Amino acid sequence: MEANSVKSDVSPEKPYRHYKSNKIRVKRLTKPSLIVRLTLGILILLTVYSFITIDYESVDLLGGIAATITNFKTMFFAPHFSNFTFLQGLYAVMITMGLALLTTVFGAVIALFLGLWSAENLSSGRISNGIKGFVAIIRAVPTVLWVLIFAVSAGLGSVAAIIGMTFHSMGYLVKAYSESFEELDKGVIEALRASGANWWQIVVQAVIPSSLTYLVSWTFLRFEINFAVAIAMGAAAGAGGIGYDMFMASSYYYDLNEIGTITYYILAFAILLEIIATRIKSNLHASQT
Amino acid sequence: MLLFCAVSYGAMIFTQFNAVKGFTSIPSAIQWGISNFYPAAHSFEKLPAILNKLLETILTAIAASTIAAVFALFFSVFGSKITKVNNILSIMSRGVATLFRNIDVAAWALILLFSFGQSVLTGYFALFFVSFGFLTRAFIEVLDEVGESSVEALKATGASYPMIILKSVIPSSTPQMISWILFMIEINIRSATLVGILTGTGIGFSFDLYYKNLDYNTASLVVLTIVVSILILEYLSNYVRRVIL
Repeated sequence: MEANSVKSDVSPEKPYRHYKSNKIRVKRLTKPSLIVRLTLGILILLTVYSFITIDYESVDLLGGIAATITNFKTMFFAPHFSNFTFLQGLYAVMITMGLALLTTVFGAVIALFLGLWSAENLSSGRISNGIKGFVAIIRAVPTVLWVLIFAVSAGLGSVAAIIGMTFHSMGYLVKAYSESFEELDKGVIEALRASGANWWQIVVQAVIPSSLTYLVSWTFLRFEINFAVAIAMGAAAGAGGIGYDMFMASSYYYDLNEIGTITYYILAFAILLEIIATRIKSNLHASQT
Repeated sequence: MLLFCAVSYGAMIFTQFNAVKGFTSIPSAIQWGISNFYPAAHSFEKLPAILNKLLETILTAIAASTIAAVFALFFSVFGSKITKVNNILSIMSRGVATLFRNIDVAAWALILLFSFGQSVLTGYFALFFVSFGFLTRAFIEVLDEVGESSVEALKATGASYPMIILKSVIPSSTPQMISWILFMIEINIRSATLVGILTGTGIGFSFDLYYKNLDYNTASLVVLTIVVSILILEYLSNYVRRVIL
């Protein structure tokens, strides 16, 4: 709080404040700290309100928590294979990985172009705002809804899942890419333009090389997200893979032990991806300094 | 590059994805969308019910994020390199966060269906677990970044551990933590739709219901309300971020 008040006292926008009143200001509540308190207050109020109004539907909360703990024990300490073998499970995870990979690649390729056209320093204001608004709407629709919308014309399955997930990945990556393109120093583009380079030369020679590390780390982050989304699409939209197995085990076979096995598969691959992501990130930091 | 194409091609075979069929389905999907996927007059009659469900979903998402943030704050103080009490607690809290974060929200929903059945609580706890894991990781990074210099300085003046945490570390990292919480709420509203489809609650269930009844006009209205609410929320949280950061 104190740091904030000091900062805003000397802020260039309001230098006249010191001259306007002769009193020493004792008010510590500056705009940032007010907004911080207001946000926290509203969040707490909404949380309390939602707990009061939540429709418990006569679910026994404590009983449910106790049951969850017993279920966790069954899952994690007695996993078994009943509807598929170890290799079939691995194959299912590979399908999920494949879904994540394809959607990330497709999304990244489309997003690279749209990102270039929506970066303010590389494009005109109208096109940039148009694309940004368009992808904001794409991102606002949850992935599962995109998949289900495409499923009407393409049929439930991997095709609809891939197109739907690509849509959302693209929306996400366009934002990330264009923001990293915009970080490029204005002088570089100006200098190249002055020396007679055309738009494509500027992009290929200056923009992409200088933001490549950002692009890689954002893309891999999206790959990580897409793996999780692919599991969800398997469960909710019949896209196949480990998510579908999990949905079957949970909703049809009621087989907790098998869910334990599937959870181990998911955990192993997700943690592997996270380790790679952390490594890429630390390389990124190392190359920057 | 060649390797990349090979891997992508392999993934296509694995997932049985037909590229031609996939890309030709986009125009037909757009065509179908224009002719069917718009709110018609009869769907507006269901608007109050939809808004009611939407409110329930948003409130669940916010409650899950806020409560998860409280837990994450404790775990991140124990987990951060700078503010940790000892190594064992640090490794334990990081491990718990990794476990909760890496199991996907859909997987949590399917697991929790066993104990809570088809109720709002299933979705709530699924969102809570993932948010908790994610926020703990984010908060640890914030603490590592913000705390470094001030902790050392305050230790030199002889301040006690609780004083350092409460008076310096947490106040100076609050703005960034709030930014993460707002981000989490945005993610959670999207995930809540998915969880709703799986557990039969909230706005996800409304969409699923109209979708499966082939009432696409009303389903599109549901999508529209979700889009509007997420855009409003994004605008609000961007405003808050601009002011506090």
